[in-house]
Amino acid sequence: MVASARARERYPGRPARTSRQRGADGHRTIDCDTTTLESYEPTVRAYAPQHSWEQMVTNTLSETDPTRNALSPADMLRLYRSMRLIAAVDQRINQEVRAGTLNAATYPVRGLEGSCAAVGLNLRPVDQLVSTYRNLGDALAKGSSLDALVAEIYGRLTGASKGKGGAMHLQDQSVGFVTSTGIVGSGIPIAVGLGVAAQLDGSDRVVVTTFGDGATSIGAFHESMNLASLWRLPVIFVCQNNQWGEHTPIAEYAASTDLAGRAAAYAMASARVDGFDPIATALEVRVAVERARRGEGPTFLEVVTYRLTGHSGVSDYSYVPKDALARALERDPVPTFRRRMVEQGVAPVAEIEEIDSQIAAEVDAAFSKALEEPFPPPSERFTDVFADERLVQGL
Amino acid sequence: MTMAAALNSALDHAMELDDKVIIIGEDVADPAGGVLKVTKGLSTKYGTGRVRATPIAEQAIVGAAIGAALGGYRPVAEVMYMDFTAVALDQIVNHAAKLRYMSGGASPVPLTIRTCIGMQRFGAQHAQSLEAWFMHTPGIKVVMPSTATEAKGLLASCIADDDPCLFVENFAMVFSQKGDVPVGEFRIPLGEAAVKRAGSDVSVITYGAAVHTALEAAEQAAAAGISLEVIDLRTLMPLDWDTVLQSVSLTRRAIVLHDATMFCGPGAEIAARIHEELFEELLAPVKRLGAAYTPAPYAPSGLPFLPTAADVLAGAKQLTG
Repeated sequence: MVASARARERYPGRPARTSRQRGADGHRTIDCDTTTLESYEPTVRAYAPQHSWEQMVTNTLSETDPTRNALSPADMLRLYRSMRLIAAVDQRINQEVRAGTLNAATYPVRGLEGSCAAVGLNLRPVDQLVSTYRNLGDALAKGSSLDALVAEIYGRLTGASKGKGGAMHLQDQSVGFVTSTGIVGSGIPIAVGLGVAAQLDGSDRVVVTTFGDGATSIGAFHESMNLASLWRLPVIFVCQNNQWGEHTPIAEYAASTDLAGRAAAYAMASARVDGFDPIATALEVRVAVERARRGEGPTFLEVVTYRLTGHSGVSDYSYVPKDALARALERDPVPTFRRRMVEQGVAPVAEIEEIDSQIAAEVDAAFSKALEEPFPPPSERFTDVFADERLVQGL
Repeated sequence: MTMAAALNSALDHAMELDDKVIIIGEDVADPAGGVLKVTKGLSTKYGTGRVRATPIAEQAIVGAAIGAALGGYRPVAEVMYMDFTAVALDQIVNHAAKLRYMSGGASPVPLTIRTCIGMQRFGAQHAQSLEAWFMHTPGIKVVMPSTATEAKGLLASCIADDDPCLFVENFAMVFSQKGDVPVGEFRIPLGEAAVKRAGSDVSVITYGAAVHTALEAAEQAAAAGISLEVIDLRTLMPLDWDTVLQSVSLTRRAIVLHDATMFCGPGAEIAARIHEELFEELLAPVKRLGAAYTPAPYAPSGLPFLPTAADVLAGAKQLTG
């Protein structure tokens, strides 16, 4: 330790207080020969040309067999209800955050309503889902309690996690919505472990993990894809490709934007689907879920969509090309799917309007209720760190 | 029985008692049976479904173990060296340690992570004592045994525990430590220190491999007329403050000794707490002894790194002088 010049100024005339020197023996110098490597040329490989997201979607649609492109009217109504609920809660949260009446870091799911609902449609309560911080759609689609989620977002004791987790860490274990992580890509290996448990149990339950395109850059993603395929685990990797890794477009951070193509490197089945088409997505998810239930291993599903808002509830979105966003908004999943249902006569308009108003009332009620709930009391301060709260007292 | 055999026995009994106990890690299955042979024979006995050899992928190993714990299992994940916990730190610190709290108690993680401190002959990336990182992370227990018997009893307790536990072994001790280890089920509760040698002049508070440094120093000190009391903490979280403070209030002098870096090491917290609680009873300030503030040097001599028995003896003389 050396004497501090600033301390010398402040305490003039007093001897410097530095710790005793600990065995400073100096360094030994080793002489060695330096070998110069021959310079070499790296092999350059040609990759497939990169597609825009719209081309990807078009390709998917053209490959979709029209005979498969149908769900029962009951399933379509379930899908719509789920999408509408997600959209209504998402919109309300964003309103409250922007109004300053909700102080929470939130990540809008606008654009993902259909793909989240499509996953939920194919899962049973015993199946498990691991999500990210952009979790609202997954949470609701998996059947989590609306009251518990909204109370959690407001940090209330009656929240799903007693107000200790918050918006970024929504969970509802009672319906298999296991956890949402705030660290990009880190839920993926956890889903793999849930798959190990399902496999060891000999059960036919499946595990879905959702993550953004950005997560495909992180090491944990690649480790997990390999492990899940190696062990043939019942895990479905749903990559919500919204074309943006935070504020950077996919083409600027990914050497290959063919995300579905990456699965081949892990000998894993994969598919790319139009995430703005809830029916196409639901059918692809169904195929993957059935494979997993039959013990045929994991599937990677690239759900191609577009982020219709900023990265977070309050972040700037001016960097997004206006024309691309405008074209994406034309395919905004909830109104588009609603139109489709009406056009196809899935349900009378009055019935759809009835669903809309029911959901609006449910959401209003949940938000009003949450505001009346208590915050966690001081007695909750040291609980849930460990099983035994006494271990933490006084630390 | 060696510590390796004691650890194997703990794993074997845990797997026999509870079919939810599984092992996940690099090389853990037979014929390798683990790099230190700690898991030898277990995959043959319990199958490769429950004893899973993995790719070299620490994030996936720890992450999958967390997931299996959330799925109702009691996984024992092996991270070969403590230095490699850095590769999996996100899973350990941000997930294993926090999931119970972040879920308001809905998602306990009954996970044990076994890891090992290597030796200086491996160089700076296989010889770090990083326990302070994990003590500084609310939500994970930290256990560091010093004998074969305690290794078995403490590992069994970690596996049965409903919280994540980091169980830190020591490469040299895995083979050098031998003892009469109870066969069958045997547990030592977490959070209870052991007085390894009673004494009246100076309490030496230590854990892990440094316990043996302290015991060696205590022999030398006795010859010099100084009586050292050696306290083996055994678990660092929860830490047995009662034993520490009782001992120091009797001896009125303390040395905190560990192989972790002294600066901001576990000893800093322990010394601070002793000062806070027993300031007026102390005859001298608490002395800290820990590794030098350098990466672990490779050279076998010339670059002093870990505290030695001679350092402890000198410290004891200083405190009693």
